Amino acid sequence: MEYAILFLPLIGALLGYIIKVFGDIYSEIVTTLFVSAAAILSIILFYNGIVYEDYGNYKIYQWIASGKFVVNASINIDPLSSIMLVVVSLVSALVHIYSIGYMSHDPDKPRFMCYLSLFTFAMFTLVVSDNFLQLFFGWEGVGLCSYLLIGFWHKKNSANNAAIKAFIVNRIGDFGFAIGIFLIFIFFGTLNYEEVFTLAPNFADTEINFLGLEVNLITVTCLFLFIGAMGKSAQFFLHTWLPDAMEGPTPVSALIHAATMVTAGVFLVVRCSPIFEYSQVALNFVAIVGMITALFAASVAIVQNDIKKIIAYSTCSQLGYMFFAAGVGAYHVAIFHLFTHAFFKALLFLGSGSVIHSLNDEQDVRNMGDLWKKMPVTWFAMVVGTLALTGFPFLSGFYSKDAIIEFAFLKGTNVGYFAAGIGIMTAVLTALYSWRLIFKTFHGKFNNKNLSKSEIHESGLTITIPLLLLVVGSIFSGFLFKEFLIGHDYNNFWRDSILILEKFDHSGIPLWLLVITPFFVTILIPVSFYLYIKKTNVLDGIVLKYKSLYNFLLNKWYFDELYNQIIIKPTKFIGSFFWEKGDIKIIDRLGPDGISKIIKIISNKSSKFQSGYIYDYAFIMLIGLSLLLTFFIFYK
Amino acid sequence: MIEIGLGHYLTLGAIIFSLGTLGIFLNRKNVIVILMSVELILLAVNINLVSFSIYLQDITGQIFTMLILTVAAAEAAIGLAIIVSYYRNKGSIRVEEIDEMKG
Repeated sequence: MEYAILFLPLIGALLGYIIKVFGDIYSEIVTTLFVSAAAILSIILFYNGIVYEDYGNYKIYQWIASGKFVVNASINIDPLSSIMLVVVSLVSALVHIYSIGYMSHDPDKPRFMCYLSLFTFAMFTLVVSDNFLQLFFGWEGVGLCSYLLIGFWHKKNSANNAAIKAFIVNRIGDFGFAIGIFLIFIFFGTLNYEEVFTLAPNFADTEINFLGLEVNLITVTCLFLFIGAMGKSAQFFLHTWLPDAMEGPTPVSALIHAATMVTAGVFLVVRCSPIFEYSQVALNFVAIVGMITALFAASVAIVQNDIKKIIAYSTCSQLGYMFFAAGVGAYHVAIFHLFTHAFFKALLFLGSGSVIHSLNDEQDVRNMGDLWKKMPVTWFAMVVGTLALTGFPFLSGFYSKDAIIEFAFLKGTNVGYFAAGIGIMTAVLTALYSWRLIFKTFHGKFNNKNLSKSEIHESGLTITIPLLLLVVGSIFSGFLFKEFLIGHDYNNFWRDSILILEKFDHSGIPLWLLVITPFFVTILIPVSFYLYIKKTNVLDGIVLKYKSLYNFLLNKWYFDELYNQIIIKPTKFIGSFFWEKGDIKIIDRLGPDGISKIIKIISNKSSKFQSGYIYDYAFIMLIGLSLLLTFFIFYK
Repeated sequence: MIEIGLGHYLTLGAIIFSLGTLGIFLNRKNVIVILMSVELILLAVNINLVSFSIYLQDITGQIFTMLILTVAAAEAAIGLAIIVSYYRNKGSIRVEEIDEMKG
């Protein structure tokens, strides 16, 4: 069964591409069926794991064996990987179904479906790996699929640029990740999780010389691993690719850039918890980066106008939550939030996709409005998604987000208190931008000039059914799994897949902390209704008054411009210097071009010998004959 | 009276050979002159062959001479034929103008 889960998406991808000669619909059916089968099997696996404790390591083949160093390609089923499998396969299956409807007008449907399946396979290899090398393979695999899918509409220049940007920014992170893996290999001598994690305590106080600095081995390793996680999970400084990645088709945004791939960084940190636990510095760094990202992305999301970019920044912000949860040591809460977030964020993306689809690819929220009667299912799904995202009581986000704030507070350190504060502030901002999205899209006045309101209609069944399934997930996933994943007996489920050295003491939670976030997010629903629908001039006044702040946020803290100035321009300058001066002027001129030029000159000169006159040839023949004769007469 | 010996014959051969070669190089006008010069070179060789044949009392040299004369006749015929067809094509057999192979 484990093998089937891993390989079904791969077979689906390959078969789907072959079978497209019989018609697009067959590729769609094959890929969707295979991934859905994998999803059902994953749920059975998850269930077996919980009930029968049916975990284990299934070897596929021995990948590398060099002396004592052995790496297997294998399927490692433990609580962490089984819950990740459920999230990935479930969202992937729903997105496959959704894509059949969403991409119905696209000529390249089979290619799209196969990329999606291939992505699912890569993500599976990432989560079920039992060593860092296979993890890296899956890591790069999802990066590749992300690149291919962002640039899926390759005729659009902006899509190509976004794909390249995503790929390059991810490479920066992967560079750090690779160094982290190298460090582990050099000092631990192995890449298998089990061995590395057993060795980690022995190295807790090891100092190494890194680039001339005496540093703690565990700290520096964790920091480099975390840089990889930052790239993949779009954390502060390496976040710039995620909003641009929205150039890809919406199902891709839902699957890759919200629910699964971007959470790989969180997964990595949680998976490596037995290492991270031994470095307080690294954990604090994780927490601080998470906090900054959460707050930064939420602040930017508030003023964006592209419906998908708002949700993209929201994703970024929620990933920040997960990271600071991991940073304060609450790994199980981070995964819990990852789990619930996958449902409601996929729901929001697919819902916004439904809106975009119905409005003929309109993405600007200013050109929407008053759609709720026209698209009741989508409206309902989006509202549930928003309620879950903002943490409205008793929906999934409420349990996970409040747990994060709570655990950060319980940590009891300065970083923890600070994280809790940032968490609450971000929750407030989250509520604001989420309701702004809903009110601008579905309520108020209809503002689209290109499309009359009567032309708008609800999307088809292949789009609404996944939405409704995700609605169920968004409502119940928190409530049902709360006790189980983050309750008092969380260790019954997690066992040794995560390590928490410092146990949390649940007795000292003040009541105000439990109430404050739900209170704020509830009160903000009428407030944002008032601000965005009733009295829009209040907001306009604020925007006018703080014009520079507004522009600062609208331009995403000028990150793109900053990177353009300090990184892209110098790099381009150096690149073109080496290209124009080094390559063309020196290497080419002395190398291929120069030699061919010299040969041309020589042959031009030597062809002058060919006068074409018979007497010249005869003369040379005679001279030659005489010389030969002389030679033979005198020297033989 | 001077005894006409081998040396004289060889000298004559050498002179005719030199005339022939010079005729090829120095001639700038006519291809037919080149053909004639080639004939001269062949004749010079024939004189040498005949002289040595008598000197060495060996008939082989004279047989070769007859052979060479036959070949020379054939060669002259072919050469003239080439020149005729060249003239038909190009309208000139001036040596300066025959430089198609100029690089």
